[in-house]
Amino acid sequence: MSDALLTLQGVHTHIGAYHILHGVDLEVPAGEVTMLLGRNGAGKSTTLRTIMGLWRASQGRIAFKGRALQAMRTPDIAQTGIGYVPETMGIFSDLTVKENLLLAARQARRAADLDAQRLEWIFGLFPALKKFWLFPAGKLSGGQKQMLAIARAIVEPRALLLIDEPSKGLAPAIVNNLIAALRELKSQAATILLVEQNFQMARALGDSVAVMDDGRVVHRGRMQALAEDETLQQRLLGLSLAVHQ
Amino acid sequence: MNAASTTAASAIPQARFDGKPIALLAALALGALPLIGSPSTWVTLTVAGLAMGLIVFIIASGLTLVFGLMDVLNFGHGVFIAVGAFVATSVMGGMAGWTMSPQLLPNLGAIFVAMLAAMTVAGAIGFAFERVIVRPVYGQHLKQILITMGGMIVGEEIIKVVWGPQQIPLPLPESLRGAFLFAVFGDTAAIEKYRVLAVAIGLVVFGAMLWVLGRTKVGLLVRAGVQDREMVESLGYRIERLFIAVFVVGSALAGLGGVLWGLYQQSVVPQIGAQVNVLIFIVIIIGGLGSTLGCFVGALMVGLLANYSGFLAPKVALFSNIGLMVAVLLWRPQGLYPVTNR
Repeated sequence: MSDALLTLQGVHTHIGAYHILHGVDLEVPAGEVTMLLGRNGAGKSTTLRTIMGLWRASQGRIAFKGRALQAMRTPDIAQTGIGYVPETMGIFSDLTVKENLLLAARQARRAADLDAQRLEWIFGLFPALKKFWLFPAGKLSGGQKQMLAIARAIVEPRALLLIDEPSKGLAPAIVNNLIAALRELKSQAATILLVEQNFQMARALGDSVAVMDDGRVVHRGRMQALAEDETLQQRLLGLSLAVHQ
Repeated sequence: MNAASTTAASAIPQARFDGKPIALLAALALGALPLIGSPSTWVTLTVAGLAMGLIVFIIASGLTLVFGLMDVLNFGHGVFIAVGAFVATSVMGGMAGWTMSPQLLPNLGAIFVAMLAAMTVAGAIGFAFERVIVRPVYGQHLKQILITMGGMIVGEEIIKVVWGPQQIPLPLPESLRGAFLFAVFGDTAAIEKYRVLAVAIGLVVFGAMLWVLGRTKVGLLVRAGVQDREMVESLGYRIERLFIAVFVVGSALAGLGGVLWGLYQQSVVPQIGAQVNVLIFIVIIIGGLGSTLGCFVGALMVGLLANYSGFLAPKVALFSNIGLMVAVLLWRPQGLYPVTNR
């Protein structure tokens, strides 16, 4: 296994009176896609939000490239090189596709400052974004919004991408497009921590896997090993992943 | 390669601008013409309404952005209006030589200096107001209402200590008194000179806001922050700094609006802020909370309706703005130009 780019050690998160994460231990190896699986309410999205500082870790350590994140504020965490795609996509609906991407490119002051080569690469991954370049993002379809959300996270090089359930609510054909795009990202040695309920996507993309239950990581290993072990799937996720085919 | 031009040229669909609220504004203005009967009177009332609307827009634009960006209900916004108006009385009182001059240039110079001073003082007070009063109550609407209203009461009392509790006259400079007279369909229309100046200043402020919001990265951040500030932070921007800047600019604009409103009324009282407060909240609700364009159209509607109804049915004029708000909210419950994601 490669060196861990991101490490969580004994991370606890409280939201108001609720204790959501109960000591999460997790490693995200550099250059790999790490799948974060688990039932609804297991704490997957909370883990991503805690890494981004959107909810404060009440205990434990989060280290990115050896640097402690848990006391940092969200903008500073993002500036360390982490791109985040929330479950809600976080699209600025009243802004155009161009403006959404320009905003995500912190170094660019105007559209002409965007890295043209990288933009063409993004258009290659998500052609709809080129077509709807001057269109308000709120008018895009669900799949196009998800593409924009991911494009926004990669419009400038990021060392780590946190992506929360990109396939949620999307038609199978769109999910296949997303898988292809994320595969392309993976081929560029991107490091991704991907929360997903869609097993087809998890199996297609995942190198390593962590399974969460009740606010803890209850299993860590290689994705392929989990995909091949139906008994383990039953024990960890409560059902055979084959039903998600 | 210029990425923007390449991509823009190949873009297929274009978003359609929602022109219905602007059409409604035009319908309101044109619909009043047969009711008023006289085209010259209609022209006079329309320009007066536009002037009033643009002053209200200047005052309300900062408030709507503050609400949109940080979800802060600032009922103390009126104190910046009052401060601006009172600073103008001091500045213009001290420049009597300029204001009494029959020449236009010194007159405009006095107003310009008064506006600059009012914006500076109101902006500085706005900075302190945000740090001391608003900051501790982020995310707590009830406390925001109570503490910002309290802040306005304290502000009013401080104004009374500094300038006294009495009404202070704020006369128009010499060459801005009176009206331009011109013929409309054989009749004579009168447009007060000062209202032309107010319209011009209002349009310049609106243009500047549109340019900043539409053409600059800071404006992009403000527009994005109004929709989803958490995501803006996740992209690596410190929205708190942006919020302070918007709060200060909003306060400065309220100070500028205070100068214009004081000159419009030609007198200033410590309660001037509280008097205008209701009007500006109606405007930002009509426009859609957080929407600059909505605020602009809403303010013009309020200004026009107040003038038309004041002429046609003075007793109804008092309630006309409430009636307008009810009608608009029945049509569009989130305002003329609702901000998505709110």
